Amino acid sequence: MSRRLPRTEGPWAWLAAGSVALSLLLLGGLLLLLAVRGLGHFWPASVTLVELEDGRLLAGQAVRELPLERQAGRERLYFTGNRDLDGHVWHWLPVATIVASERPAELVVLERRRHGAFIGRLVAVGEADSLASAQSREAAWARLEAQLAELQELRDERERLRRDVLRPLIRRLDARPDDTAARQALAEANARVRELQQAMGGQAALLESVDGRRLVQPLDEVLRAWQPNAMSLGEKVGAWSQGVWRFLSEGPRDGNTAGGVWPAIFGTVMMVLLMSLLVTPFGVLAAVYLNEVAHQGRLTNLVRIAVRNLAGVPSIVYGVFGLGVFVYGIGGTLDDWFFSDALPSPTFGTGGLLWASLTLALLTLPVVIVATEEGLARIPVQQREGALALGATRLETLTRVVLPMAVPAMLTGVILAVARAAGEVAPLMLVGVAKLAPQIPVDGEFPFLHLDRKFMHLGYHIFDTAFHGNDVQAALPLVYATALLLVLVILVLNLTAIFLRHYFRSRHGVQPRP
Amino acid sequence: MRRKRSPMTLLSRFQPSASGSIIDFDPTASCFEIEGVSLAYGGKPALRDISLRVPRHRVTAFIGPSGCGKSTLLRLLNRLHDLNEEVSHSGRILLEGEDIHAPEVAVDELRRRVGMVFQVPNPFPMSIYENVAFGLRLQGGLTRRRMDDIVEWALQSAALWDEVKDRLRASAWSLSGGQQQRLVIARSLAVRPEVLLLDEPASALDPISTLKIEELIRSLKSQLTLILVTHNMQQAARVSDYTAFLQDGQLVEYAPTDTLFTNPSLRSTENYITGRMA
Repeated sequence: MSRRLPRTEGPWAWLAAGSVALSLLLLGGLLLLLAVRGLGHFWPASVTLVELEDGRLLAGQAVRELPLERQAGRERLYFTGNRDLDGHVWHWLPVATIVASERPAELVVLERRRHGAFIGRLVAVGEADSLASAQSREAAWARLEAQLAELQELRDERERLRRDVLRPLIRRLDARPDDTAARQALAEANARVRELQQAMGGQAALLESVDGRRLVQPLDEVLRAWQPNAMSLGEKVGAWSQGVWRFLSEGPRDGNTAGGVWPAIFGTVMMVLLMSLLVTPFGVLAAVYLNEVAHQGRLTNLVRIAVRNLAGVPSIVYGVFGLGVFVYGIGGTLDDWFFSDALPSPTFGTGGLLWASLTLALLTLPVVIVATEEGLARIPVQQREGALALGATRLETLTRVVLPMAVPAMLTGVILAVARAAGEVAPLMLVGVAKLAPQIPVDGEFPFLHLDRKFMHLGYHIFDTAFHGNDVQAALPLVYATALLLVLVILVLNLTAIFLRHYFRSRHGVQPRP
Repeated sequence: MRRKRSPMTLLSRFQPSASGSIIDFDPTASCFEIEGVSLAYGGKPALRDISLRVPRHRVTAFIGPSGCGKSTLLRLLNRLHDLNEEVSHSGRILLEGEDIHAPEVAVDELRRRVGMVFQVPNPFPMSIYENVAFGLRLQGGLTRRRMDDIVEWALQSAALWDEVKDRLRASAWSLSGGQQQRLVIARSLAVRPEVLLLDEPASALDPISTLKIEELIRSLKSQLTLILVTHNMQQAARVSDYTAFLQDGQLVEYAPTDTLFTNPSLRSTENYITGRMA
């Protein structure tokens, strides 16, 4: 469409076109902000060595710059790490007080399990008790990298042991405490884990901050190390993509302020899929009843209005309903009947994946009903009469002609439902979302899908990371990244449904009218 | 419950009858007997006290100005008005001597015996084959081979086989309007109806397609009874054996087509067929 807006359309056409342009611009700006702030976090930023007027030395990554309050000049925020040495990791420095800044290649950044990042110099690597011997910088770095790779292998093996051997054995013992074979195997596996643990200890690195303070860092607490100033662009891109991949594939650490969001991605997608599976049959049946079965009178219209109004009920109200009816009501009863051995610890009588999906299914039911009803109403009466005239009953007409033709409309309903449900957080907080649930609700153990488990959700993860962490500055990039991810997840889910709808629509093309 | 009938026994019941040359044809040769039928849409009368007999294995045309009730009468014959709660009617309609509104008559069985083709072609969004097989699948109990045979027979009867035999799996919506209408006729024929109702079947088609449909109608009367509603008087004259002229919900004149068009007995009929009435 290369038709230009004709001048004669007057100001209204321009106003309308301008509104569209503005909306698109805002949307693009939003995504750009999320992408830059979120994805920039994983870039191995250069470390600057800063010398101040008073002779102090600082090494850190410049984060942002703001004008000083009530004074001329600007101040710059540096991320300096070294919480164990300084007690804090952020430094605001007035730009005017910086005498010199350079980027020495030998500065290292270590990501550690405790105390966060270390920024400074690497002096030596070796057995914890013989670190005094001086090493060249290159030798120390090479040794550090080798040791870290070895440690990673040990860690992976320990993880595998825990997941594949220890957890199943513990569950078997929970079920049958007198299983001596399992007890034996458990003892052996535990011994192996202790062995691995032993092998991991012992190595340490001697580190020195830029102002000369030294510390001995046990290597088993170091996750990764890099020399950002010495890295080429290619290496940085590699490190960046690894960082993004870890964010997508790992579980969270440090009270959700570090690590990845894999359980939250999985929980979100799982919940939305379950919700769609629950809401579609219910919504379609309700729409069929309203449009095809019910007598089209005042009562039906009243029901229709009520359904449309249900779409406007605030989501937290559905959360309260879910908590009262699903969790405490149905869940509590299920526990009494089938899981009374486990009481007082609840199985279904507490929030979980099933109840959250059900609550959201209820929340999105009106959308599916309305969309399906409109689709049913659009099917030409000739198609119904054609089927009836061949001797089809009303039910046969419905199932063989009308419903297949209404599939695109149903998918429109599902698309709208997914768009609404994937972004809801408020009701989930009442019916099953968890701050931290590192175990995803699907595993190799019967019944494979654990509907009673609590789950993580990207939306709630954003809320929790932004407001409940200790270090908001550190959490902020993760909030942006998670928000971007949430948008992308919803986009992918929607595109899937849109693709399906397109397939069903175009399967027979448009009927040519003579 | 549906009666299961093999199409062959059905065909054997179509005995060509020796019909009379005038409207008082042998009553045993009538397929539909309409006796004193009146109909109202939500209290507004649409048909008033109509009585006529439709001869078996002939083409009978209903003509008349728009809104005269000819389509309404047609839709009454396969009880398509049943779903509309606003419609009320009185009088009797007999199909082969049985009252079609009798409580023991299953409406889906009736509609299988009385097929219908509509003004706008309405093939289902399925393949050409599935469209024709639709009615057969509802009946069930047919082997794949038998189904193929009947589909081919129906498409040949509808003069469509040669055009679609190589693309039976293609979507029915890929056909042209005229082909679609012949497909719909084939779809109706596949369930072997005794009567085929045609509600202005060619009014949405181009002249060539119209010609083909008219040829088809003429050729089909050896197999079944056809009732044609049309606002095109030339068409009625070309294809029908008997013509009923309706006006304002009343049957004005009913006669063999030749008689009605050449020598109408009433002034209002003459006015209509000679175009002196809007």
